[in-house]
Amino acid sequence: MNRKSPLSTLLQISPISLILGFFLALPIGTILIVSFWDYNAFSFFPDFVWTNYSDALGSNVTYSTYFNTLRYAGLTWLCTFLIGFTVAYFLAFHIHTTRWQIVLFLICTIPFWTSNIIRMISWIPFLGRNGVFNTILQSMGLIDKPLEFLLFSDFSIVLAFVHLYALFMVVPIFNSMMRIDRSLIEAAIDGGANGWQMLINIVIPLCKPGIAIGSIFVVTLVMGDYITVRLMGGGLRASVGVMMWNEISLLQYPAAAAHAVVLLAVVMIMVSLMMRIVDLKREL
Amino acid sequence: MKNPTSPNSLSRRDLLKRGSAIALGATVGSQAITGFPTIWAQNIKNVTLRQFGTGVSNINEIAMKVKEDLGITLEMTALDTNSTAQRVATQPKSFDIADIEYFTLKNVWPSGNLQPMDISKLKYFDKIAGTFKDGKLTPTSKIAQGTAPHTVSFTDSPNSKSFSKSMTNWYTLVPTIYNADTLGIRPDLIGRPINSWTELLNPEFKGKASILNIASIGIMDAAMVCEAMGEVQYGDKGNMTKEEIDKTMAIFTEAKKAGQFRAFWETFDQSVNLMAAGEVVIQSMWSPAITAVRSKGIPCIYQPLKEGYRSWGGGLGLARNLSGLELDAAYEYINWYLSGWVGGLLMRQGYYSAAPETSKLHMSEDEWGFWYEGKAAVNDIIDPFGNKMEPAGAVRDGGSFLNRMGRVECWNSVMEENRYMVRKWNEFIAA
Repeated sequence: MNRKSPLSTLLQISPISLILGFFLALPIGTILIVSFWDYNAFSFFPDFVWTNYSDALGSNVTYSTYFNTLRYAGLTWLCTFLIGFTVAYFLAFHIHTTRWQIVLFLICTIPFWTSNIIRMISWIPFLGRNGVFNTILQSMGLIDKPLEFLLFSDFSIVLAFVHLYALFMVVPIFNSMMRIDRSLIEAAIDGGANGWQMLINIVIPLCKPGIAIGSIFVVTLVMGDYITVRLMGGGLRASVGVMMWNEISLLQYPAAAAHAVVLLAVVMIMVSLMMRIVDLKREL
Repeated sequence: MKNPTSPNSLSRRDLLKRGSAIALGATVGSQAITGFPTIWAQNIKNVTLRQFGTGVSNINEIAMKVKEDLGITLEMTALDTNSTAQRVATQPKSFDIADIEYFTLKNVWPSGNLQPMDISKLKYFDKIAGTFKDGKLTPTSKIAQGTAPHTVSFTDSPNSKSFSKSMTNWYTLVPTIYNADTLGIRPDLIGRPINSWTELLNPEFKGKASILNIASIGIMDAAMVCEAMGEVQYGDKGNMTKEEIDKTMAIFTEAKKAGQFRAFWETFDQSVNLMAAGEVVIQSMWSPAITAVRSKGIPCIYQPLKEGYRSWGGGLGLARNLSGLELDAAYEYINWYLSGWVGGLLMRQGYYSAAPETSKLHMSEDEWGFWYEGKAAVNDIIDPFGNKMEPAGAVRDGGSFLNRMGRVECWNSVMEENRYMVRKWNEFIAA
């Protein structure tokens, strides 16, 4: 192998370093610095105080909010995983022509051609007290009184999350499944394995990287979300993102920055745990 | 160019703006100035004034009309309430005229970035409502709690950074727009008279009530309710102690846990949708939102309550850096603002103008009767943008100007314990 000159190495790494530096390291560094600043009602100013962290970590609300957010993340993960895995499995193993696989896969992406917000808001008239769903159930005589838990509840929040993020699970799992060597499956069937054994012993283990990537997408998106929780929870439910948004809207940027740093740490721990379960570098 | 309103900043003013963000050199080739005899008329034609403020009163029509009448070019930027205050405090060179709310003055006036106005140069000062002078609309009105505008309206000298308790010759803001807020209800779904703030927490409306999730305003509505229930006695609802905040939030947290609230709203359209869809039958609301619900053919009332109204108001302030011709033009603009045309424009949307009488000339007798005197409308009431607001025969909820503004119990304000209050409010939301 030829030894490259230091200059060309430098040139080669500079684009990615610049991009990551400006758009990742610099903003995060700024947030970290601001999280130690102090603030009053209308401005924030350089200082070095721990009050933002002590306010954040000293309050029960923070813990219950994190617990709530983790619960949303857990429920959403479970639903998107079940749906994502099933859809991907169907596409990969039950559709035999590439053309139909592509067609059906594109159909899955159609909802993503519209904006997040639109997809979310359209649930509101559907699930409302006098909404489409309740009206149908009532006219069929299945219920006497409208079901109130459908909207502005944990149910509607998780429903919207699953709707928004299921595709993030489908794509990587489908990708992993397509890489599975079909002869492995034939060999298993020849060896007398039933469908369940094949699923547990071959498909799932070989899909682990896809599942891990999908899980990272879904969990990080849910952990950082604020708009879904606000809109679908009717403002009655809190998530970490909502808490930060409340602070930002009152110009308490340092407090929001402290929350952002804490959230970043929590999410990084979660991702690194997932990476421990699946060694992505080795698997890819 | 300059509309830094972020998509996330969802304050009332923000959402009320009617496609009004920027008015840049609105009418080119202004006509000859008529009806405004003034020595500066020729010079100020070329002056450009940069004004920012909340969306409600930063409307294109005003910039177009001022260009026509005075020749001044008005560049407008609409921001949300919090951002306007921040702008005055942190970017004093970025504007000439600030259209801000009175309660923010407490925080921004000490920055020294605004200069007071010389009242002797304000032609229509004697027409300005008493609320903005001695705090009394009529000689018998009692003075409301919170940041009542007159408490922050006067200062002792052009360079003073504090407020004067009595009237002086130096005016901090010229009032532009204000209103009295109360609860909105769906009379068809409630079916009985409502006359007190306590009804918001009445278990009868379990799962059908809502309050706005903007801490600084929501806490005031909450306080109106707790006080009406007799649960909490406040020294000053606009400046609560920690203990008062705790008690208030405890009552509301309990109600929330018991399922009293269907949702909390943050934006104008959310409040309209909750009400129109029947998700909510009683909630804190703003006047134009009521109109929006009614315009869908759904009955909705801005219910006057026996405890009184929660009120808010904004005004124009002059930047410290204004001087010479620009300062003259700014005075000219403010005199024009008070002379009636703008007042008519605002009053016909359901707000009140600082000098109501001058607006009378710019409204029809029927409009004046409906909006100001609380009389039944003779013809359909149309807003300045051509939308029908009320049918003939309608009477304004709450009645006349004196009946509504004369019964203000509390003004929007910034509390000394603001930081604590916000934390408690967040806890309430997360509870």
